Amino acid sequence: MADLRDLYQEVILEHSKAPRNYREVKTADHKAEGYNPLCGDRFIVYLQMEGDRIQDIAFQGSGCAISKASASMMTQSLKGKTRSEAERLFERFHEVVTGRARANGDSAELGKLAVFSGVSEFPTRVKCAILAWHTFEAALEGKQESVSTEG
Amino acid sequence: MTTAARLPWDHLQPPAHQVVAGFDVERVRADFPILAQAVHGHKLVYLDNAATSHKPQVVLDAILHYYQHDNANIHRGVHYLSERATEEYETARKVVQGFLHAGRASEIIFVRSATEAINLVAQTYGRVHVGRGDEVLITAMEHHSNIVPWQLLCEEKEAKLRVAPINDQGELIVEEFRALLGARTKIVALSHVSNALGSVNPVAEIIRLAHQKNIPVVVDGAQAVPHMAVNVEDLDCDFYAFSGHKLYGPTGIGALYGKAALLDQMPPYQGGGDMISSVTFEKTVFNKLPHKFEAGTPHMAGAVGLRAAIEYLNRLGLDTIEAYERELLAYASEKVGEIPGVRLIGTAREKAAVVSFVMNGVHPHDIGTILDQEGIAIRTGHHCAQPVMGRFGVDATARASFAFYNTKEEIDRLVEGIQKVREVFG
Repeated sequence: MADLRDLYQEVILEHSKAPRNYREVKTADHKAEGYNPLCGDRFIVYLQMEGDRIQDIAFQGSGCAISKASASMMTQSLKGKTRSEAERLFERFHEVVTGRARANGDSAELGKLAVFSGVSEFPTRVKCAILAWHTFEAALEGKQESVSTEG
Repeated sequence: MTTAARLPWDHLQPPAHQVVAGFDVERVRADFPILAQAVHGHKLVYLDNAATSHKPQVVLDAILHYYQHDNANIHRGVHYLSERATEEYETARKVVQGFLHAGRASEIIFVRSATEAINLVAQTYGRVHVGRGDEVLITAMEHHSNIVPWQLLCEEKEAKLRVAPINDQGELIVEEFRALLGARTKIVALSHVSNALGSVNPVAEIIRLAHQKNIPVVVDGAQAVPHMAVNVEDLDCDFYAFSGHKLYGPTGIGALYGKAALLDQMPPYQGGGDMISSVTFEKTVFNKLPHKFEAGTPHMAGAVGLRAAIEYLNRLGLDTIEAYERELLAYASEKVGEIPGVRLIGTAREKAAVVSFVMNGVHPHDIGTILDQEGIAIRTGHHCAQPVMGRFGVDATARASFAFYNTKEEIDRLVEGIQKVREVFG
């Protein structure tokens, strides 16, 4: 049976209460909005690229503990990464939260993000965990319309 | 309510907390097989009745019986089963007529849902009577199903959608509503009971005000009929819509009441079989009421199930249901409202058994997940009423909505669950 403590890990709760990189990036060259209207989760992700490298990444918005902590920890993980490293990390993250891969063996790559593996036990919450990541991807791709992970 | 006759099961009644005489909630619960199950290792506490309610065994039996014994297409065959199926279907219509206290059975149109009923009125009556520069007046507490059909109509006709505001308690501000009733207002549409807030609108007064200006009123009764007796003739409403599945009946069936004088003049909604009396490639003559609005083979089994649900409710007594649910609401409002950090959204004086709330520092979605792990089903999100969320400055709420099969013990479980949320989030 799924255990709440697997979902609401200390690190996740802590990030949801005190999110990191929670600010606007005035000089952002990429920005996108993610919005899950059914939940009411809405975030903006700001990116400042330096060539192929993410020089600065930050976010603002509101949402549930899972979506907010995911956004916060995503910004920490992505800062300094190249585009392809970031895309690969998103892929790994996606596999883990949807339960298609286990976090254990390969968790060095995911680092702290492995705490989100508990989400896979709560299928209705996967969309919360990946909202910020999809928003990041949309920002990279320069999408104008807001993205959603619902439906 | 303490003078009811002694009933055979009175001696079984727990005396302390169920003061509605003749109502034994445990006995009633036994009629709903789905309630007797565990979810995540806990006894299910189902508090999402405003989304959909559960079905008593008599409804399930009626549907099965229909398919096992009576099924055939209606209004066409000369054969025995077709006759039986037609009779079942038309009897269901009469039962709905009685339930709403409509003057004639032909004023009851079977539809898929309250949503379809409202769309029907917008696309038939609305398209004929609303023109450029006209107005449709709704309220700020409507469900999306009573906003979007009117928006679509207004867009097509270059008409304006006007919205009467609500106060901080979630009540319609009647003076403001009255001020918005103008010379260009062609339709008023409002909910009888708000799904997100539970507020009961003073529909009789609203209808009287609108009728003073000869404006017809469409009432969305989806959240009202499960909780109170409704009399469309006393209300004098022009249209009244409801869904079967919120009324302990099956999904996919609902009804629209319309005054015959209006329905007669309206163009059909959809074309097809059953809604015509004769067809040539040059000219089609439409069938009489109510069949003019029921194109295609309808949901006969759904109508049969709806009839069984209404008869079940009639046996329990809507007054008894209302009195019992009022107790549940008072108890839940008090117990949930007194939890530190919890704010109730929607505190109208006239309310159905819905408790919407938000919690300091915890998103409703997280509340929903934690309660679910305790076996407690509530709804979280915007409840298809995003403008209501905006009015109260929240993105979402957690909503516990009650039925007559809920108990005070279940409300205690809800309160314990909310305390657990607080433990998790510190």
